[in-house]
Amino acid sequence: MTGSSVGLGACQIAELVKSKQISAVEVTQEHLALNEFYDSALHSFLEITEAAAISTAKEIDAKIAKGEDAGLLAGVPIALKDNLVTRGIATTCASQILKGWKPPYSATVVKKVSGAGGVSLGKTNLDEFAMGSSTENSSFGPTRNPYDLKRVPGGSSGGSAAAVAAKFVPLALGSDTGGSIRQPAALCGIVGVKPTYGTVSRYGLIAFASSLDQVGPLARNVKDAALLLQVIAGHDPKDSTSLVDATPDFVSVIDHGVEGLRVGIIEELVDGVAPMVGEALKASAASLTSQGATVEYVSVPAVAYGLSAYYLIAPAEASSNLARYDGVRYGLRVEGQDMNETYVASRTKGFGAEVKRRIMLGTFALSSGYYDAYYGKAQKVRTMIIGSFKKAYEQFDVLLSPTAPTTAFELGAKAADPLSMYLSDVCTIPTNLAGHPAMSVPYGLGENQMPIGIQVLAPALGEANMFRVAAAIENDAPPISKTLFWE
Amino acid sequence: MSDSISRKEVIHVANLARLSLSEEEELTYTGQLAAILDHARDIMALDTAGLMPTAHPLELTNVFRPDVEMPSLDREEVLSQAPASEDGRFLVPRILGEAP
Repeated sequence: MTGSSVGLGACQIAELVKSKQISAVEVTQEHLALNEFYDSALHSFLEITEAAAISTAKEIDAKIAKGEDAGLLAGVPIALKDNLVTRGIATTCASQILKGWKPPYSATVVKKVSGAGGVSLGKTNLDEFAMGSSTENSSFGPTRNPYDLKRVPGGSSGGSAAAVAAKFVPLALGSDTGGSIRQPAALCGIVGVKPTYGTVSRYGLIAFASSLDQVGPLARNVKDAALLLQVIAGHDPKDSTSLVDATPDFVSVIDHGVEGLRVGIIEELVDGVAPMVGEALKASAASLTSQGATVEYVSVPAVAYGLSAYYLIAPAEASSNLARYDGVRYGLRVEGQDMNETYVASRTKGFGAEVKRRIMLGTFALSSGYYDAYYGKAQKVRTMIIGSFKKAYEQFDVLLSPTAPTTAFELGAKAADPLSMYLSDVCTIPTNLAGHPAMSVPYGLGENQMPIGIQVLAPALGEANMFRVAAAIENDAPPISKTLFWE
Repeated sequence: MSDSISRKEVIHVANLARLSLSEEEELTYTGQLAAILDHARDIMALDTAGLMPTAHPLELTNVFRPDVEMPSLDREEVLSQAPASEDGRFLVPRILGEAP
């Protein structure tokens, strides 16, 4: 029942639409139809904005008919993680505290995507406030993995990853604070990119941990991911942490090959991963060697401490950022006798268990008497991690590791033990602490016949080399020889 | 049980964070937070003498813009999403309780 555009990549669709071989409206309708039939089983979307999508698509077709430039993403369906604010369209962060809230403005990335001709189909599910690694922490119910509905899609951008993997959309936006784009991309067998901190505006991304959060693309191939990053990157006066440097061309570097690039495998992130994940990493390294790169093992000792530092720093920032949900200006209010009772009642009812856990952890790490021992110490370890990477990048252009220690686990498997869930992010966290770019590239199937992701890491603003290596891995990767749940 | 955080401290931070916990939640969170803080002990032993703390990945300086009037969010639109509003302002319950 699928239309002819379903399964095509973003670059292909934009080309077909621009050359009038297919209309943006047809592309939109074909993807919406798939969603309508199958998303009840997957639950990748929280809201599908069908009418708005069709009217956007009509505008793009009209532009093309008039001979105007319709943009890099002309007619390409895209899904937006529901922590990106969209004017007049409910934005929930998968939390009861924001249920029904319709933001009075749109995120810069949302505007950039629509300015480039992208057609948003709706808002995708996530762990509440992007806190989680399985999308089970959504207060609207979990998303499932399109390759096995018993398993999680990863998280927190699990809705975006599942929707892209299931071919509901060729592209999606996610956000990555400790791995929330890369880990679900790995578990769903797609590409996910966490750009250099400051490359993409955070204006309108609902804040979790402001020194770590970054918006990035999810796609089914490296080139599509590079295309979307190109669209959303760039300085934004509304985000004073966005970099002022000119945005390079990410798409054109992809076919430059890896001849002469020096690739280091991070020793500390190889031990303890599932056997087939470890094998896949070795195979991807061998493939890079055969394509002309030099590959060696390298020790980046401080990455071993990333998890501990992260789970003090991120909750500390979250406890501060989430103080704004007080039942006054937006979202849920549970009225009490006075203002303080209203704060307590609104927050107690509105936040879920994981969000409360992290708020309390962060409040504790910042509290008088513990600040130096926990938050202060973690900040110094962050300096240590940055130093450790710096040393490695004196010898290597990019680094390699698994994206996640295992393939997708079953729903409920880690729900009762927060610490075991946190360990899912052990390979992705160090990048966020350093502010560097990293991405996940699919590499066949591993344990339980589920997808494996290889992580490519680069120093700040090293996206060009990162994409070259990712493309080389992709060229030679074993296919994901498994059908989607609806195929 | 670990001594990295006590039930009393959990009650204290919940209060600071304006969250109310049931007795059962107090126990659950005490155990879970203790396990997470115990894991973080691996960094307590690290020698970080001489290292400056990193609060942010970028070396930020103040960002200035010209002092030019620009439109802000539409007041009506913002207030339409508030739990309660009156006369163009957010409406809240009484701020001060009875005198202690």
